[in-house]
Parts: sequence; structure tokens; C-alpha cells
Amino acid sequence: MTIHFPFDAGDLLRRKKALKREWSAREGLLEKRIAILGGSTTDEVANMLELCLLARGIKPVFYQSAYGQYVSEALQPEPALRNFSPDMVYLHTSAVNISAYPAISDTREQVETLLEQQLAHFSAVWNGISQNLGCTMIQNNIEQPWQRPLGNLDGSDYRGRSRFVARLNESLADNALLRHDVIIHDIHYLAARIGLDRWFNPRQWYLYKYAMDMEAIVHLAWQLAGVIAGIFGLSGKCLVLDLDNTLWGGVIGDDGIEGIAIGSDSATSEAHSDLQRYALALKERGVLLAVCSKNDESNARAGFLHPASILHADDFGAFAANWDDKPENILRIAKQLNIRTDSLVFLDDNPAERALVQQQLPTVTVPDIGSDITDFIQTLDHAALFETPTLSADDLLRAQQYRENHERASQASQFTDYDSFLRSLAMQAVIEPFCEKNLERITQLTNKTNQFNLTTRRCTLAEIQKMASDKQCITLTGRLSDKFGDNGLVSVVAGHIEGHTLHIDLWLMSCRVLKRGLEYAMLSALCQQATAKGLDVLQGYFFPSGKNSMVEGLYRDLGFSLLLEDVSQSVWQFQLDNISSIPAHFIHINNGNPS
Amino acid sequence: MSREQINATVQDIFRDVLDSDTLVIEDSLTAADVDGWDSLSHISIVSAIEKHYGIRFTLGELDSFNDIGDLIGMIEKKLSR
Repeated sequence: MTIHFPFDAGDLLRRKKALKREWSAREGLLEKRIAILGGSTTDEVANMLELCLLARGIKPVFYQSAYGQYVSEALQPEPALRNFSPDMVYLHTSAVNISAYPAISDTREQVETLLEQQLAHFSAVWNGISQNLGCTMIQNNIEQPWQRPLGNLDGSDYRGRSRFVARLNESLADNALLRHDVIIHDIHYLAARIGLDRWFNPRQWYLYKYAMDMEAIVHLAWQLAGVIAGIFGLSGKCLVLDLDNTLWGGVIGDDGIEGIAIGSDSATSEAHSDLQRYALALKERGVLLAVCSKNDESNARAGFLHPASILHADDFGAFAANWDDKPENILRIAKQLNIRTDSLVFLDDNPAERALVQQQLPTVTVPDIGSDITDFIQTLDHAALFETPTLSADDLLRAQQYRENHERASQASQFTDYDSFLRSLAMQAVIEPFCEKNLERITQLTNKTNQFNLTTRRCTLAEIQKMASDKQCITLTGRLSDKFGDNGLVSVVAGHIEGHTLHIDLWLMSCRVLKRGLEYAMLSALCQQATAKGLDVLQGYFFPSGKNSMVEGLYRDLGFSLLLEDVSQSVWQFQLDNISSIPAHFIHINNGNPS
Repeated sequence: MSREQINATVQDIFRDVLDSDTLVIEDSLTAADVDGWDSLSHISIVSAIEKHYGIRFTLGELDSFNDIGDLIGMIEKKLSR
């Protein structure tokens, strides 16, 4: 990443023009169209959000509503907003947009009504955007009020402002969870974290109608950019951890297992234990962990045998403990896990190691955590490097799936004939149309898959939902398991019908199931669905993205014939009366369809 | 703090905010004379000055200045207190 974390908000504000100039020149930026609908001044929000997104590899194009016009734009969008065709909408509202707090004379019923009115207001905005623009929305929740006429009672009395805000946020979260297209952006937490006195600047409110201080805007933009990166699959996927003085206090090679500081014996031990707990919590919600340590491997592994150790060696998807350079090891880790270096976050207490890795691997994120263990968790936490719009069942199983893959790989080396290996896996697949429970994982795959991706079309949850319910679309997902375990949902194929042709808009597959033959099974299922709809032809598209050269010949392998080819695409056709030409595979299809 | 020193600091701030290596400021310049000095960048300039010197302009003070000379004069006054 270009930006170093922690950042200096004042410096970013002051030098934003030059920084924008430099960072926009980076290669490979993902362009996204973001409409900012504001309940207060949004110009500086757009400026800082642009910088923070560029730092994460996203080049935004913005539409900003006229001052304060978020409601009218939601209910009756300006033609310019419709034409802008946003990929997503950010609703920049905050406490300044609460139209009425409870009055001291209000009864409990009147306070309930007021709460419902505020919620109905947001629901109307969300429904308007959904109907008129049909895209994902990020909605700020409400921060604490900056003044409390009831004093301390504002936190507990039924008429209190703090209490009102807490209840409103609770309901906003519940309402958002019932929909697929609203993500709540927690500025309530952010304002508390940086401090309400730093967050709200009365002078900037009265003069410029900035809902929060300019420096608070930088923090908001940073966190928001993290959330947006998560939606488009650009969050961190793996946390690579040093061992000595990072995951435990002391040096295992010198101090031995009895001498390292982990557990509850001392302040240092406790601090390291908490970092281990934090890493474990990340792992449990889908972030991969890896070790990168300068140690003999046996010593490194021994550290996790300490009785107070919270992490264990098998919590890590990759374990690189040797005397080679860390940059070399990190490249090996990326290769082993089959992820790109820009998905890695590296944590090391040693500034020299951090500098070396950052210099040799500029796409790896290396937060400056300093050297004091008591700072590590908060620095990592505030950096918002692992944001995700939702947690799918696949996220919760990810670490286990990587471990099972490792077992598959070691078993494969025992077979001389690959087909025998495939047969031995006893693979089973469930191939079915998009369904409700899979929509989030499907969306995630369209955004995260780079290599086995024919069209690299990134979709929001709202778009996937539309495809799922459109009778003029054929949609398929593939879930693959074998004797080692369940790989989860790993392939997405979808297209739209025009006349008697199915145009394939999405064909992607997770790298963890390469060379198993799943693509042949997907093609068979696709042909069955297309034939059932009376179609004659499948038309496939390959758009070279710089990252997907591995599939430039996929349609040829699947038995399609080349229709046309130029620098920007190749187009292929498959006649549906040709089904017998699909290559054989060793996957048993488990959902009633003959394999 | 001399007026020359303040001028140099304010010039650095203008150069950063307006992204210009070559801008030279003078007392008589107003927003109409300087490319890019609009209401939005003005907020950034004032904010950066306040942050650098640890001072705060009141609502009245912010309204009162017309050119760079006034701005520097105000900074001088606040620093001498």
C-alpha cells in the first residue's frame, strides 16, 4: 500500500493535491463510481475518500449531491445522478441530521413515535435508492450528541439524547440486516474512538457545515475506504506474523519455552496473549494466519507448545521459520496459499525487518506498529485492513479448508498417474442455481477471484440478487467436496438469454480447486439448463485483465469454437447439440442431475 | 517571530495546499489573484495555519481579512500575545 499506517491526518489534509497526483498514477487501479449523498458538506469527504481509496488500489469517480440533498436524491434522483449510474452510494449523514430529539414533555409513547419516524425516514431513503438506482448503499449510523441538556441523564432517561441515539442505531442495524443492499458504517464507534471533542468542531459546523472536524473526516475516510475495499474484494486475506517479541515476549532460541513471555504472569505476557487472542479471532472469521520468523523451525514450533499459548501451529495456513530473508519467505507464503502479495499484511516488532519487507515487496501492507507490544493491537485494529461486508459460512471455515488442501497436496505427490489421484479423491459436487443462502458468497467470489475469471465482472449483492430472480438469466454455483473435506462454494457461472443464445457473463472458479475437472461438470450443468430453456447456443467471452491469462484458452478446452478475437476480447460459441463433446471428469454430482 | 518568517511559513502552506512549487505570495494578493485559491482550498489553508501555529481564528477574524497581508497580520497579532 502507498499510505503508511498510522497516517498523519494534518499532513494528508495539507498535501492532498500532490498526493492525489502521485497515487492516481499507480497502475492497476480498479475504477468505481461512487455517489455521495450528503446531509452536510461533502467536498472534503470526497477529497479524503479519494486519497484513502487510491491507497487501497481503487480509483473513484464521484457524484456529489447538492448540499444536504440526500433525501430528494434518494426519492427523486436528478437526471445527472441516474446517468452517473453509480456502483454504490455513500450516505453521508450523522447526528446533525436527526430532525428532532425527544422533548422533556414527551411521554414514552411520543418518544417511541419519534424513534419510528427517524427509522421510517431512513427506510424511505433506502427504498428510494433501491428502486431508482438499484445499487449497494453504505449508511452512516449516528454518533453521540455533542451537547446534553439533561446532563448525565441523557444516557439513561427515556427522553435522553444519548439513549435515543443508542436505540436508533440498534434499529438501523436490525433494519439493514433484513436487506441485502445496506451496509451500516459505524461512525458511532469511530467518533467515540477518536473522541467526541475531536470529532465535532462547532466552528467548522457553523462556518462550513462540516458535520465533523476536518481531521475526523480523514479518519472517517480511512475507515470507509476499508469498508469499500472489503466490498470489492481488496481487503487483506492473510496476516503474516513474526514470532519473537511479537507473538510472545523474548526470543525462543535464547530463552526457551520456559523463558518466553506468554500467559498471565506479567504485563508483557498478558499483552502478548491478547495479541494471540486477537489473531485467533481474526482467523475464526476468515482471515488466514501465517508465521514468518527468523528461527530454527523446531524452536519456532516449540513456542506454541507453551501451556499458556493461545495459538497453535495448526492455526497457521503457512509456517515459514528459517534463516532466509523475510521478503523471500513472504513470497513463498503467498505462493503456498495461492494469494497475491497485495492481500498480505505483515506484523513485526522490528523496524529493520519491516523496512526491508516494505522496500522489497511494496504491495505488502506493513503497518508501523512500533516496538511496544501494548500498541500492536490498536494499531492493527485501527488500520481497517480486513473489512468484509458480511461473514459467510465459507469465511468461518476458511482456515480449515486451507489445511485440508495441504493434505490433498501431500497425498497427490504419492500418485504417478493424475487421473488415479483424481479418482481417489472421491469428489462430489452440488451444482445448482443461485439461491438465497449463497448470495453473499457468490458476490464475494465475483469480487475476489482474479485468475480463473473469464470476464472479471465485479458484482454487488444487489446485482447478484437480480440475476438470481431474473427468468432471462441462467445461474449456477458449484460446491465441491472430497474425502478430505468440503471446499465450499468455489465456482460461479451465469449468463443472460437473448433470443436462442445464452451469453455467459460470469465464469469463475476459486484457485483452490484448479485441475479437478469442476469446469467440465459446470459446463454439463449449464448445457442442461440451457437446453431445458429451448436455447441453441452458448456464447462465452474472455476479457484479458492482466491477471487471468490462465483461462485465455478455457473455452477452447471446453469444446467451444472461436468466433472472433481482438486485443480486448475473444468470443466463443458452443452448439448445444454437441453435449457429448464435453470432456469427462471424476466428480459425482450430488443433486439429482446425472454426471 | 518575524513577519518574514511567517510569510515563509504561509507560503509553504499555500504551496502544499495548491500543489504549486513556484507560487510566491505577496501582501496584496487576494483569492481572485491566485489560481486554485477557492472557498474549499481556503478552508484547508486556514486549517493548516491554525494547526501549524497552534492558534485559532474566531468567526469574526475569519470574516475580516481581505488579502494575504491581512492574514499574516492576524497571525502576527495572535503569536505576539
